[in-house]
Amino acid sequence: MKRHDLIIVGAGPSGLSAAVEAAKRGLDVVVFDENEKPGGQLFKQIHKFFGSKEHRAKIRGFVIGQQLLDEADKVGVKVVLNATVIGLYQDKEVVVKIGEEIKHYKADAVVIATGAAENMVTFPGWTLPGVIGAGAAQTMMNLHGVLPGKKVLMLGSGNVGLVVSFQLLQCGCEVVALVDAAPRVGGYGVHAAKVARTGVPFYLSHTIVKAEGDECVSGVTIAEVDDKFQFIPGTEKHFEVDTICLAVGLSPMSQLLKMAGAKMEDNPKRGGQVPICDEYGRTSIPGVFVAGDVSGIEEASSAMIEGRMAGVVAAEYLGYIETEAMDTELVDLEKALDGLRQGMFAPKNRGKAIEKTEEGIDISANLLKKGYVADDEIERYPGVTHKKGVHPVIECTQNIPCNPCQDACPKKCISIGSNITSLPIVVEDSDCINCGMCVASCSGQAIFLVDEDCGDGTATVTLPYEFLPLPEAGTKGIALGRSGQEVCKAEVVSVKTAKAFDKTHLLTMRVPKEYAMTARFFKAEK
Amino acid sequence: MNSVNDRSRDIGPFVPAPDDDMLICRCEEITKGEIRQAVHDGMWTMTEIRRYLRAGMGLCQGQTCSRLVKGIVARELGVSPAEIEPATSRVPMRPIEMRIFANEAKEDE
Amino acid sequence: MAERIAEHPILGVQEKGNLVKFTFDGMEIEGYEGEPIAAALKAADVMVHRYTQKEHKPRGIFCAIGRCTDCVMIVDGVPNVRTCITPLKAGMVVKTQYGVSEKPFEEQ
Repeated sequence: MKRHDLIIVGAGPSGLSAAVEAAKRGLDVVVFDENEKPGGQLFKQIHKFFGSKEHRAKIRGFVIGQQLLDEADKVGVKVVLNATVIGLYQDKEVVVKIGEEIKHYKADAVVIATGAAENMVTFPGWTLPGVIGAGAAQTMMNLHGVLPGKKVLMLGSGNVGLVVSFQLLQCGCEVVALVDAAPRVGGYGVHAAKVARTGVPFYLSHTIVKAEGDECVSGVTIAEVDDKFQFIPGTEKHFEVDTICLAVGLSPMSQLLKMAGAKMEDNPKRGGQVPICDEYGRTSIPGVFVAGDVSGIEEASSAMIEGRMAGVVAAEYLGYIETEAMDTELVDLEKALDGLRQGMFAPKNRGKAIEKTEEGIDISANLLKKGYVADDEIERYPGVTHKKGVHPVIECTQNIPCNPCQDACPKKCISIGSNITSLPIVVEDSDCINCGMCVASCSGQAIFLVDEDCGDGTATVTLPYEFLPLPEAGTKGIALGRSGQEVCKAEVVSVKTAKAFDKTHLLTMRVPKEYAMTARFFKAEK
Repeated sequence: MNSVNDRSRDIGPFVPAPDDDMLICRCEEITKGEIRQAVHDGMWTMTEIRRYLRAGMGLCQGQTCSRLVKGIVARELGVSPAEIEPATSRVPMRPIEMRIFANEAKEDE
Repeated sequence: MAERIAEHPILGVQEKGNLVKFTFDGMEIEGYEGEPIAAALKAADVMVHRYTQKEHKPRGIFCAIGRCTDCVMIVDGVPNVRTCITPLKAGMVVKTQYGVSEKPFEEQ
């Protein structure tokens, strides 16, 4: 039986981060992952991450995955792939299936970073081919380059449902509807808004009545539900689809910990069965640590910090660093983690219906019910201002921990301040030079550059555009509003592409000036 | 003793429901009605349900259905799903062929 | 219905490697070597991977990461192979699985 200082189960964001921190401090670390490739779900995340610089904000998930792998490689972490951990015993014996053999390892410390599994819901027809998990859709399109379907209905308006809907649109699928039984959109408003403005209708307080089809999905019926989640007769709506995508939450995959005898609890706030652990991932078994979704469902950004914490704590447990050194490191990591756990969507606010922003502004009711801020609501947010010439219009309306826009502007036109969740404001008398860095840097795609009056009765609107084909200058089409409804005719003035924009193209369209504050997406004429 | 373990508690009769034919365990093809009936037959824990019906005992080992089964059992017993003890976790955690499970690697590797 | 993504706005053109031939229920299909069998089948519009033992209901890709085992098929004579995580090789013989057999139920 081979011995290692530290064995980590799972090579996702938290497991790799733990490995890096431990290996840096001299531990002999091996990471087992059952998949063919490392990185966990990071390589399926193609959107820019939220947060601040220290959280690698505005970098796309798959790039962060590569950075993490490179970092692990540099410090000598050994990652064993196609290695399925099938057992964990109390004395830290790890049983692994590698190839066609069973191998036993003894670890002095273990970090369990197995992540989460998707939840499912049932409805007649839910076993038909064509009903898939949102994770399956991501895997097919972003890892394997195959379209999950042509016409898709998404169930679930949490961040996963919203992000995957956008990804489906990006690879050319039609998303016919985004449906959620809850009365309010569960994920970030900015994620919802970028889906809604392309024309995807949101059906909150609705769920699936049945999936139709004999051999595979050919259609779906949804209906409205009352506050007890019972169908309201007569509200049925039918869609022809070939794919139904389920994004209804995640559950921690904590079975290995239960097997090892760690004290467990069923904690709905953390997503289900989780080990009882302290804030640094120490479980009830000395030397067994946890990090990431396995100890409570959160985001990849927080999983990476939790992983680093577990790595540091494991190093101290084995005597590779002094307790004081550990404490110093943990203070910084805790601060970083705390930064991510702020705002309206913080774990502590889960289940709460927040009505006002930290600034005391009413949260858009339309955003929560339909996925977009209504035209008569948008003016009340501090990022939405008016002036002569080109200026940023920041449609950021909820307190989320994110601030890349403030650093992006070379002219310091945008300010968030020291509180990372504050709504961005446009600095008075600042001088926008129309460079577009703010538009490209906003992970929520919520910043537009608007010239409300070009002097000839038209206005220009520059928007973030991540679709193919890229329209050329002069292309005529339709401007869509925040709701995805057609508002007016539009013509593409330019499409700017730059390395610094990182694949977010800046599409500038010309519209009649009365639509300067309502036109927010461009659709080419067919 | 909490209400989950109090076997003398009356949970009422089995009342058929329109969605009893809904498939819950995709692998072993066990329906909601079968699970509800099993609770009334005295199977109050996840482990009992698994042994009695094989729900969660198929190829995926309950990866997909255990949360759903737990919800159904909890509802039938009139308790919160958090009160239901999950099924035993044991080796092997993933589906594995017996010939591989029995194939211990040589010590020298 | 399904198709491959020629160029992705963020991921660009994916390098997929060698195009190889394999068979699905005797029919010759092309796919990329090393991609999951399920991805190659999906790109070729194959939706049904198997029919269940008890109810004889069709199943296909569900989780795509090897958890749910719904996409299992008979691959080179071996039943219950998770096609979503099994890399495609040239000449593979992939068959619809009926229960745990390659024979349709009426022939079992």
